[in-house]
Amino acid sequence: MTTPAIITIRGLANSFGEDQQVHEGLDLEVRRGEILGVVGGSGTGKSVLMRSIIGLQTPDEGEIDVLGENMIGRDDLDAKNIRRRWGILFQNGALFSTLTVAENVQVPIREYFPFIKPPLLDEIASYKIAMSGLPADAGPKYPSELSGGMRKRAGLARALALDPELLFLDEPTAGLDPIGAAAFDELIVNLKQRLELTVFLITHDLDTLYAICDRVAVLSDKKVVAVGTIEELLALDHPWIQDYFNGPRGRAASAGLNKGHREA
Amino acid sequence: MGDDQADSDTRRESESDAVYRMTGSLTITRAASTQRELDAAQDPLTIDLAGVKKMDTVGAWLIHRTMRDRQAKVVGASPDVQKLLEQVADADHPTKVRPEQRSAPMRALDELGEWVSEAGRTLIGLLGFLGAVMIGFAAVIRHPKRFRLNAVVQRFDLVGVRALGIIGLMTFLIGVVIGQQGAVQLEQFGAEVYTINLIGRLSIRELATLMTAIMVAGRSGSAFAAQIGTMKITEEIDAMRTIGVSPVEALVIPRMLASVIMMPLLSFFAMIMSLLGGGIFVWVALGIPPLTFVQRIQEVVPITDLYVGLIKAPVFGFIIALAGCFQGMQVEGNSEEVGTRTTAAVVQSIFLVIVLDAVFAVFFSQVGWL
Repeated sequence: MTTPAIITIRGLANSFGEDQQVHEGLDLEVRRGEILGVVGGSGTGKSVLMRSIIGLQTPDEGEIDVLGENMIGRDDLDAKNIRRRWGILFQNGALFSTLTVAENVQVPIREYFPFIKPPLLDEIASYKIAMSGLPADAGPKYPSELSGGMRKRAGLARALALDPELLFLDEPTAGLDPIGAAAFDELIVNLKQRLELTVFLITHDLDTLYAICDRVAVLSDKKVVAVGTIEELLALDHPWIQDYFNGPRGRAASAGLNKGHREA
Repeated sequence: MGDDQADSDTRRESESDAVYRMTGSLTITRAASTQRELDAAQDPLTIDLAGVKKMDTVGAWLIHRTMRDRQAKVVGASPDVQKLLEQVADADHPTKVRPEQRSAPMRALDELGEWVSEAGRTLIGLLGFLGAVMIGFAAVIRHPKRFRLNAVVQRFDLVGVRALGIIGLMTFLIGVVIGQQGAVQLEQFGAEVYTINLIGRLSIRELATLMTAIMVAGRSGSAFAAQIGTMKITEEIDAMRTIGVSPVEALVIPRMLASVIMMPLLSFFAMIMSLLGGGIFVWVALGIPPLTFVQRIQEVVPITDLYVGLIKAPVFGFIIALAGCFQGMQVEGNSEEVGTRTTAAVVQSIFLVIVLDAVFAVFFSQVGWL
């Protein structure tokens, strides 16, 4: 393997309470510069996996290295330097509801770089907002005044505030209409290429998987059962993977992609 | 790429045609100082990016705005850097960041106007809400099957039973305080025995009910506003409506009933606890035995005092529930609103309770219940 790993997870175990084991002996590697899609049935712990990586959940066992540093047991202050190298888009945007979109984007910048003057901060916020594909008048709006798709874009603008190397997206296209979802996919690919991002993407959206993911990791039976391109996964004989990609929706998404290729 | 803080060095070399040479990494970490240095450089300016090892969008933005505003020339940009410069140039749209600001006097007028219209809207809204509650009550009376007994009983528990401890303790102490203060003052006239009159009449006529109302407003009125407000934000109320459940019947009426019915009961309990506190105080401090205390209370406190205290209680309960539920229903938009509405509910209900208490005091005196 030539590309170095940006996230390495070994033997991860997570559980809630006594008898609810979410992960057990989970291994995963995310390579620099790729878009890794993470799929799995509801309740297989996709979000828990993301929360473990970004340090919101302390795993029972296992090792997690992000950007070459061990993440387990680091206190907040210590991990700050790693934290500013990643951006996270939560499922519902998790925008601060009492701040405007522009102020939301500025929060991480103010936190880490308090010496940047307000006029420059405003300029930075404005080009980040434009980069995320929001209209020009979105800056002074409050999250409650935005539509679902715009809220996701605003969340993305905040995630990109510090020019991260690593971007975590938790179901970015969930709840968007197909056109909006496709536009969002395109936006992510564009940003990834322009800004040389590595993207860790949790999704249920087969179209997204086919359209933008370089590799896909499948979560099942408390671990990652397979990682690879969709063609590689299709060649495997795992029942869940077969059901997932060869179900009616999977076939439709794959057909749509092939059609798109032919036309292009 | 990982060495953000590595030997980055951006320095100015004063050559004749003001060439600004950048080396090392030009990222957000150095944004403030780079901006300072660029601002200090003289026009016409040429920026040499040949030595830049790493650049992010913030660095690119700083270069881009210098090019845009001061017609600076950029030389020596590597393909990567060039690409990044184009990216930020692409994203350079005039984007509004702040809401428009007006001059101070206009803003003051604006705020005043908003306050007045908000007050008017609240008043009309309250009236409308009152109407909706009345209609809800009428509907429940006409169709008793729609009455939610379980919800009401649960509210009884939350509003009434669980408040017993804190209200009991509070009014017990109030009884002690009235006794103590009364005794100190009346002792000067050798009339300590009138302390009992003071404790009895003040507790039963005024303080027990008033303190109970304030405690219920703080405990339950705020909870009503916060619960309903949160349900409003999470669209539970909308869900109820679409299913066909009336939020007034399901949420407001049980809370109203609970607080209207529980207030007199709690007030009565508060009266007893207050008398108990006062009685124990006079026994310990003034040496008046409990039996005498009870006898004196019977003699000096007219039964109308009890009526006065108990008639006020359900009215206060109604006000508290009305303010709490109304403010909860007014929540819109964000989570901060839940907090401000909850505060408003408590402030309004306590204020209205005290205003009404004054009205009642005058009324009952006029009626002849002295």
